[in-house]
Amino acid sequence: MFLGKGEPGNAMVSVNTREEMYEAMVTARHYEERLQEEYLEGKQPAFDISAGPIPGELHLAAGHEAAAAGVCAHLRPEDTVTATHRPHHVAIAKGVDLERMTAEIFGRRTGLCKGKGGHMHLFDPDVNFACSGIIAQGSPPAVGAALAAKKRGTTDVAVSYLGEGAISQGGFLESLNLASVHDLPVVFVVEDNDWAISMPKARVTDVESGAQRAKGFDMPGVRVDYDDAVAVYEAARDAIERARAGNGPSLVEVQVHRRMGHFMGDAEGYRPTEDIERAKRLDSIERLAEDLRSEGVTDDELAEITDRAHQRVEAAIEWAKDQPEPDPDEAFDDVFVTPPRAQVVPDGGGDRGIVDAVDVPPGSDDDIGGEDR
Amino acid sequence: MTQQVATGRELTMSRAMVEAIAHEMRENEEVFYMGEDVADYGGIFDSTQDLLEEFGHDRIMDVPISETAYIGAAVGAAQAGMRPIAELMFVDFFGVCMDQIYNQMAKNTYMSGGAVNVPMVLTTAVGGGYNDAGQHSQTLYGTFAHLPGMKVVVPSNAYDAKGLMHAAIRDDDPVVYMFHKRLMGIGWMPAPEGPKTEVPEEAYTIPFGDAAVRREGTDATVVTLGLHVHRALEAAEGLADDGIEAEVIDLRTLVPFDTETVVESVKKTGRLVVVDEDYRSFGLSGEVVARVAEHALDDLESVQRLAIPDVPIPYARPLEDAINPQTADIAEAVRTVTK
Ligand SMILES: Cc1ncc(C[n+]2csc(CCOP(=O)(O)OP(=O)(O)O)c2C)c(N)n1
Ligand SMILES: [Mg+2]
Repeated sequence: MFLGKGEPGNAMVSVNTREEMYEAMVTARHYEERLQEEYLEGKQPAFDISAGPIPGELHLAAGHEAAAAGVCAHLRPEDTVTATHRPHHVAIAKGVDLERMTAEIFGRRTGLCKGKGGHMHLFDPDVNFACSGIIAQGSPPAVGAALAAKKRGTTDVAVSYLGEGAISQGGFLESLNLASVHDLPVVFVVEDNDWAISMPKARVTDVESGAQRAKGFDMPGVRVDYDDAVAVYEAARDAIERARAGNGPSLVEVQVHRRMGHFMGDAEGYRPTEDIERAKRLDSIERLAEDLRSEGVTDDELAEITDRAHQRVEAAIEWAKDQPEPDPDEAFDDVFVTPPRAQVVPDGGGDRGIVDAVDVPPGSDDDIGGEDR
Repeated sequence: MTQQVATGRELTMSRAMVEAIAHEMRENEEVFYMGEDVADYGGIFDSTQDLLEEFGHDRIMDVPISETAYIGAAVGAAQAGMRPIAELMFVDFFGVCMDQIYNQMAKNTYMSGGAVNVPMVLTTAVGGGYNDAGQHSQTLYGTFAHLPGMKVVVPSNAYDAKGLMHAAIRDDDPVVYMFHKRLMGIGWMPAPEGPKTEVPEEAYTIPFGDAAVRREGTDATVVTLGLHVHRALEAAEGLADDGIEAEVIDLRTLVPFDTETVVESVKKTGRLVVVDEDYRSFGLSGEVVARVAEHALDDLESVQRLAIPDVPIPYARPLEDAINPQTADIAEAVRTVTK
């Protein structure tokens, strides 16, 4: 692995950078733990996925933080990131507005997507972040962002996050090839948490490491074999510098750990207890804290970072829960940015009838007289 | 009306569906099941619960997240004469593998002039109502029924789930078996009362192309399927208190489509309400109205259709509730046509 300027790894990563990564990671961890609590409200004693203040599926990323912080520490707001169905840690590290993201997860009008997207479909164009719930389907748009950067001659890059379960999906493999053949500034980051829902890695792939996929497309591929933010930072620096310099795509796989079920409500009956315990033991946040302590950062200083992170999370959740829910009629907005002239809104035989997306004077050519389009 | 034998044994829809699969697998070595999380997990929506125990990983196969590959492999194995069942975890994921479904599975019989056939079942979970948003809440009934070459079945209760599954596996053509998540009786997604029914122990088939009249009535015909059968029945009960008798038809299979049952009912009632959980335009609800218009235009006094109003499924609860036809919406539509 190339560590930059021939120096040993850790020396190249300033304490300041490591503290920043630590803060992003602690924020993400606390965020997931708090969302878990909020999510379970109204779902006990009998779990009902559609009940409570946060309905729908919820995939939390506790244990994945190093892969987010170590990569995103190199990114600027102009750089594009596409994340997966498990997106919060990456969003936080990329600088997505935490309050509006939280409001979105609570389904509120002031959320990033006005309550239309939810936790798997967060879009924050201010920092060029997006995610998708369909496996590997974030890769092609990341390649597209890289293509735009290349065509426009900017130094922006794109990062596509995937789980190790996604490395056998066509959308990913085709993206590797397209990026490679056009030398596009994109980095594919595979978060290997050993599981794709209930399917262990060995059941669904014969390769030891997802980084091996890079070989077949003639691009560099590295694997960070342990859950260490500093090691991720170094591997990502190499890949992102290469992309920014116009030298094409790379693939970085990172070993992470799934500290929770695949989604909230997953009883993990398929998973050996020892594996669950191991995931908890191998904690990247503890590892980075140790590392910072050995650099002379005091426990008080670490606690200060943690407190700040927790306060930020609490404030975001509090703000989000205070926000209004969308009105039912808002469901009909935003299908298009330039709506068709008149939209019929069949609302179940109610009296809502025709909603004019654009005011049309009665009797004009555009007035379709209350009929279906 | 479907004759349901009283057995005293009630099953959830998922248990009934699994019972049929297990039965066919015992009878026929050539039946096997492929999908993501179908082995140890037993299917995210319990579609293969406990099958691993009896049949092992060779026949209850967890496969990579490579839908094109394994659904296409089911096509190939079927053409080789086996009887594969492939599961697409959510129907919404059809986007990553549609070529194998509609250009291969659905067309190979026709394009070969009948020289080959594709006796496979594609099982898939459909439907919303639990705030899973745009990529995990669709039914896409009309999409699959629109493309020629696949039979499409949509059970609304346990009895039908079993009989339709037996028929699907034994069918010599590809069958898309769309099970509504809300009806399965999954622990973490409570089902309404209706889908849990008495189910005979022995194997039986429900022939494709037979809609079921779930409730007889003289004032209006409500044509629906899946989850909305139960919402329509609930609406009909409420309407009966006001002296409005709605007939509720459960389509059960879309391909083939039971035009006769629908048309006969409209001839009797003169009013039609179609309730669909798929998108409104260019789809199932329009198809039902068109068939009635073709065959019983003179009898048709009034029509309403309820469907997803051509917007992607939104996440927030008030938004999703606004676009997915509710029991009250159905009642209101029936009142409108009977006014
Ligand atoms: C095309 C497609 N197939 C299947 C799924 C269902 N699904 C959601 S997450 C998941 C497992 C993903 O595993 P991995 O990529 O390793 O990510 P992880 O959940 O472990 O972070 C599956 C199969 C999906 N969302 N999209
Ligand atoms: Mg994984």
